[in-house]
Amino acid sequence: MALDPKIQAATLLHRFGFAPKPGGLAAFYKDPRAALLAELDKPNAGQIINDDLLSAGEAARASFDFRQERKAERLARRAGDEMDRAGAREAAKNAASNPMAAPLGEAKSEMAKPDMATPPVPQAADAKPKQQPGVPQQIYLEEARARLDNALNADVGFAERLAWFWSNHFCVSADKGQVRPLCGAFEREAIRPFIAGKFVDMLMAVETHPAMLLYLDNARSLGPNSVAGLRQGKGLNENLAREILELHTLGVRTGYSQDDVTSFAKVITGWSIVPLKQPENGGEFVFNARMHEPGPQHVIDRDYDDRGVEQGRAVLARLAVHPATAKHIASKLARHFVSDAPPQALVDRLAKRFVDSGGDLKAVSRELVVAPEAWDAPRTKMRRPGEWLVGALRATGIAPSDVRPLVNAQNLLGEPLWRPPAPNGFSDDSAAWMDGIAQRLDVANQFARRTGDLIDPQAVAEASFGPLLSKDTQETLARAESRQQGVALLLMSPEMQRR
Amino acid sequence: MNRLVDMTFKPHLATRRQLLLGSGALFAWAYMPKLAQAEGRDPRLLVIVLRGALDGLATVAPVGDPDWVRLRGDQGLRLDGDNAALKLDNLFAINPAMPNFYRMYQAKQAAVVHAVASPYRERSHFDGQDVLESGVAAPGASDSGWLNRAWHALTPADQVGGRQAFAVGPITPLVARGPAPVMSWTPSKMQPASNDTMSRLLDLYRHADPALGKALEERGALAAIAKGEANGMTPAKVAATPGIPGAAVRAYFAEAAGAAAKFMARADGPRVGALAFDGWDTHAQEGAAHGRLSALLGALDGAIGAIETGMGAAWKETAVVIVTEFGRTARINGTEGTDHGTATVALLAGGAIAGGRVIADWPGVSEAALYQARDLKPTTDLRAVLKGLLKDHLRADERALATVVFPGSLAVKPMTGMIA
Repeated sequence: MALDPKIQAATLLHRFGFAPKPGGLAAFYKDPRAALLAELDKPNAGQIINDDLLSAGEAARASFDFRQERKAERLARRAGDEMDRAGAREAAKNAASNPMAAPLGEAKSEMAKPDMATPPVPQAADAKPKQQPGVPQQIYLEEARARLDNALNADVGFAERLAWFWSNHFCVSADKGQVRPLCGAFEREAIRPFIAGKFVDMLMAVETHPAMLLYLDNARSLGPNSVAGLRQGKGLNENLAREILELHTLGVRTGYSQDDVTSFAKVITGWSIVPLKQPENGGEFVFNARMHEPGPQHVIDRDYDDRGVEQGRAVLARLAVHPATAKHIASKLARHFVSDAPPQALVDRLAKRFVDSGGDLKAVSRELVVAPEAWDAPRTKMRRPGEWLVGALRATGIAPSDVRPLVNAQNLLGEPLWRPPAPNGFSDDSAAWMDGIAQRLDVANQFARRTGDLIDPQAVAEASFGPLLSKDTQETLARAESRQQGVALLLMSPEMQRR
Repeated sequence: MNRLVDMTFKPHLATRRQLLLGSGALFAWAYMPKLAQAEGRDPRLLVIVLRGALDGLATVAPVGDPDWVRLRGDQGLRLDGDNAALKLDNLFAINPAMPNFYRMYQAKQAAVVHAVASPYRERSHFDGQDVLESGVAAPGASDSGWLNRAWHALTPADQVGGRQAFAVGPITPLVARGPAPVMSWTPSKMQPASNDTMSRLLDLYRHADPALGKALEERGALAAIAKGEANGMTPAKVAATPGIPGAAVRAYFAEAAGAAAKFMARADGPRVGALAFDGWDTHAQEGAAHGRLSALLGALDGAIGAIETGMGAAWKETAVVIVTEFGRTARINGTEGTDHGTATVALLAGGAIAGGRVIADWPGVSEAALYQARDLKPTTDLRAVLKGLLKDHLRADERALATVVFPGSLAVKPMTGMIA
């Protein structure tokens, strides 16, 4: 099916990138594939270069220090309150009878038995002003800002979209307390450096990252026969091992058994983090041999000698090039970028490329972009909420002064940043996201109320969608009763919802 | 060329809502069940799905089983000590975090089905949820859910909430997806678009993208029926607390469930609906009596109490069924939690329930009795429970239940006697 090259170029741009910045579409017509692939050839493809952001270790220690300080303050305040109250009671009592100061022992027994009937002493004088977000939340927001800026500034956004895809494939969740300040660092350290590299390197970086080890509970999993396991009488937590097999590599129902999960969990015992109170390297990855289950293990089709951390690395290396992993990744990539039900031929080619290249993600991504299916598939995928918001900002040239409204909007739209409901990440099914269409209208309406007069919706629509812009949308925008209404309708147009 | 704009999206949603996104939205059938109403009854059925796999043994513990203490040691519920479990019968006791459920149990308005499981026998959450919600024994085999197909198989009477009782939650859960029209509702604080913008957009979709048009129309504007409730909600002030779920979660569960119940209690409200609550995947530091799970069960219990209150007079015709994808390992794991297991509990509450009993063909928890030497052995098929409720409470057709709603379940007879 021969399509107008301009239509193909515009389709590709929206499918593999974000909605273009003003002027972006025209520049893209000449050689769209080259423009997409050029992003992967850049030396820092997909990376966020920002020296102000903390490493995972730094973020973990800063959050730990913050929690310790908070705790100390709370204890001091509580002790102070108790002393005040005990003091007040004593003073009253003493005024009536005994002029001597209260003996310390009595004050202590008051502290041990809080008196619920006594209301706390009001603290009008030092009542706290509206509380600043804590350190973990500040780090989360700074990371969110950096991520948003990267997406807004990208030329096309293919590298960024790949980073988002992999970040969702290997998701962690900020809703698990200790993970919150690490989510951004996780994506920058374990995902982004490898989007145009080898899958095995990304896998190793992910499964040894503190955020993942905390999120899926491996940090405290003990080999039942390890030194620590025997001493504490404790043992395995198989959460991470199961999800590596089911979600990160082979995929569900690919033939591994409960025994494989259990042995693999034993293999990766000892993959943990340095205690947070260590000032130098607390919160960083460590292989703790005292937690590691000794002995060889059989996982799926091979035996693995106990070579400490290398035992687990050997299993991961095997999983990373397994044909089931290739199929799993191929179908997820095709589903994310091309279609809810991607053509089997495309999936097969991607899987073959994955296997033939030893899991070279640049080669696989290239195969995807040059595939005729990627040009010809109808534009039926819903943009996910994050893509849609970034696209709206890019197309209209609006740069938000504060990232929080965007974070809130993503929450409302069902894709809260780094907070998937479960370890399988957010859905890649368009029907699921269509359910949120009414909430998108609410957000579009709010966006329009704030920005309406600054934006010419018809001009933006032409610049962003070019040959994809339908007569219907054009007419609807032309007839809008106000620019403001036009902006809401622009953001809700099928062209802006679908890709 | 970028213009800096402060585009504050007002706090559309409470913090607790953000914490548990996807949790707590009500999805309901847009009609009333005709056959049951023809009998002069007006039954309500609310299905609550707990995602993440609830530890049934920490919810309702077999404290009278001679192997119990050996199995769970200090991590297991017991009848003595501080925070003692609440005795249900000679074998079972319920988690002390659930006083509402216990009170209903004593009033014969709540029951427990134990050692129950869906037909799924692997241990993937996502496949397990798929089987639980689709009602089809093989994971990934169906795009629709058993509850929706049950609605579809019921004879519809009047549409609820007049013609426009549709609102939206971000993602319809599988259990409620399918051919029957679904209405859904999430408490939202955002100001809706004007009717004019809405009608222009619908007009555009009708021409350019009918599927989007259908989605917006069906689930679109906040219906008047829901709006009244939404405006009455107070914004949450409590911040998300990491770690142990605190007052925020408790308040959220109660508010979501209570508001859903109020909605369902109305004369023109939906009669059959589903809610989901996430967060039950207690791999580490489970805290059955004092920690995380205790707090979650307390929140669930608060939700059950809020449903009772919200239903008001309709409570006497209400059945609430609480289900989860599978149970957890019988033993405690190496990090004071439990890993994915098999059988668990289903909880029933409501004035329509013939309660005051634990329904179980109890397999025991000795080493030899465990399924694959690790999990509570399933002895009751969850489909029997659900089919029994649909049949006796809503008058769903037994043949449809065995073929369409739970395909291939002819051999699984609907459980009888659950409805008073």
